[in-house]
Amino acid sequence: MSIKISPTLRDSLSVSITVGAYGVAFGAAAVANGFSVLQASLLSLLTFSGASQFAVVGILGAGGTAISAIVTATLLGTRNALYGVLMAPRLKVRGLKRVVAAQITIDESTAVALGQESRGPEEMRKGFWYTGIGVFVFWNLFTLAGALGAQTMGDVRTFGLDSAVPAAFLGLVWPRLVGKFERILAVSCALFAILMTPILPAGLPIIATAFIAIAVGLRR
Amino acid sequence: MTSFWIATIGAGAMAFIMKFSGHSVPQHWLSHPKIGKVSALIPIALLSALVSVQSFSEKTTLMIDQRLAGLAAAMTALLLKAPFPVVVISAAVTSAAVYNWL
Repeated sequence: MSIKISPTLRDSLSVSITVGAYGVAFGAAAVANGFSVLQASLLSLLTFSGASQFAVVGILGAGGTAISAIVTATLLGTRNALYGVLMAPRLKVRGLKRVVAAQITIDESTAVALGQESRGPEEMRKGFWYTGIGVFVFWNLFTLAGALGAQTMGDVRTFGLDSAVPAAFLGLVWPRLVGKFERILAVSCALFAILMTPILPAGLPIIATAFIAIAVGLRR
Repeated sequence: MTSFWIATIGAGAMAFIMKFSGHSVPQHWLSHPKIGKVSALIPIALLSALVSVQSFSEKTTLMIDQRLAGLAAAMTALLLKAPFPVVVISAAVTSAAVYNWL
């Protein structure tokens, strides 16, 4: 006798475990940048959106203010609002279930749900819940593991952790650079931010690039 | 309360408000094509800025150090279509090697 795993569950699990494992990098980076293990865990539990969390850690670690960290993280989180708009009519949930659905509305849960479109609305809902909950569980467990691991390290540069955060950002932006326009925008924003770094307070050069994106996006 | 705590709680609260608003506002509010376009570009801008600032500065001083080697390793891994964990680990290993032995 064999146990049958539905294709939706298989998709959800494989995404949950691989994505969740990045939590190690986040937990370690958070502690390396001066966050406590508790703060690192709370960022994963509450913010639960990888790019936003890395932004908070990177900006405060570089001496930026709490406000610039929050603004950058929130701007990075705007896409989750759009995922919510896509998912709400398909999930049709209210009350506490809607609160839970909102918290697990991220890149991965939305992508897996939309990926099940050919299998019907029921599988889309399952894909969303399985992936969202699965990533949440693994991401938080691995965050704690990474944070505890980094706590035992002395100089984080000895372990290359100072390069893990920019590498994570590069890995997150890479799949989005689908065309020439996106690549030019990416290089321009990278150059703009680094050139403004000695002039503006830490964090502001990064936030400013969001307005470049808005300006070119509206004109296009 | 330190700025680390303010950022931890503040970012968490704002992230949830963003997510919940998507599930709650009337659908037509956010369905304008311009909004979709702009929201696809914002992460590209912010993440790219974070890559360069995190690689080439310390506070508000520009500098080139072992992180350049880490970034080059990450880029090589991405060009070879490596999965995300491999990208991060290759950057860390390369950067650590340069820092410890050069």
